[in-house]
Amino acid sequence: MRIGVVTFPGSLDDRDAQRAVRIAGAEPVALWHGTHDLDGVDAIVLPGGFSYGDYLRAGAIASHSPIMAEVIQAADRGVPVLGICNGFQMLTEAHLLPGGLIRNDHGSFICRDQRLRVENTSTDWTNGFTDRQEITIPLKNGEGGFIASTAELERLEGENHVVFRYLDVNPNGSLNDIAGITNARGNVVGLMPHPEHAVEPGFGPDTPDAMRSGVDGLTIFTSALEGLLARA
Amino acid sequence: MPTIVVEVMPKAELLDPQGKAVLGALTRLGQSQFSSVRVGKRFELTVDGEVTDAVLAEVKTLADEMLSNSVIEDVVGIHVVSTEPAGASV
Repeated sequence: MRIGVVTFPGSLDDRDAQRAVRIAGAEPVALWHGTHDLDGVDAIVLPGGFSYGDYLRAGAIASHSPIMAEVIQAADRGVPVLGICNGFQMLTEAHLLPGGLIRNDHGSFICRDQRLRVENTSTDWTNGFTDRQEITIPLKNGEGGFIASTAELERLEGENHVVFRYLDVNPNGSLNDIAGITNARGNVVGLMPHPEHAVEPGFGPDTPDAMRSGVDGLTIFTSALEGLLARA
Repeated sequence: MPTIVVEVMPKAELLDPQGKAVLGALTRLGQSQFSSVRVGKRFELTVDGEVTDAVLAEVKTLADEMLSNSVIEDVVGIHVVSTEPAGASV
């Protein structure tokens, strides 16, 4: 299975996402924002970073990139699409996911190992987790405050479209402690924390067992891969 | 050349952390008479040609769909400014 990772000007975690795809057992495919070519990939990751320096609004200019036309069509066909951090911001700007991300309520950039609860295990990217599983993956953002209208929030909660929720602390002022959401079909998922930084022992968050041994993010990538294999 | 100005503000009901930080700085400078600061954006679109109704309508669409994000921001003003060349007497 081939999972594409789109690089935009200012993407930072594209190679980390490719590495996560490889460790999960799929073939990473580098895609370029300026083309209309998805290279026939089976799933797509929009990685973290600061595309276009967060000019206009975080993710706004990238959401109008040439390749996003194909990403939107693929999402509408049911192709799994994951947006991480800046990729999540792009998904909201492209209207593939509702709500928006604004500057952290405390005004500062934040970087920490963040505990989350997986609230929805029926999406293409979370079906390998157990219900209400608690995981720890890195979080690093300046504009991670998830907001939506009251009606939209009620809909997200009522239809179980909240996928990840912050535990212990709300690091950025996100409403309802929301860290990640999905669309109705469950193929498009966006989250602010970074699963691609918790996929290999020695390079992840600390755990009670050992320093930097956390690999909770890997299940996001293996979930997509196993879903694709099951459908093939 | 005529310029169309588009003004965008964070939605009134949302916290504006940038404005809050500026208010904090003003307060530290001894300026305690302000109760709130909000920070928005001003876009100046210089038009190559005349500002027709069609151009204004297009800018209105762009302001709503690209220059602002209606989930988090409001377009609070669109207006055409003076076409006087720089340095011209007023």
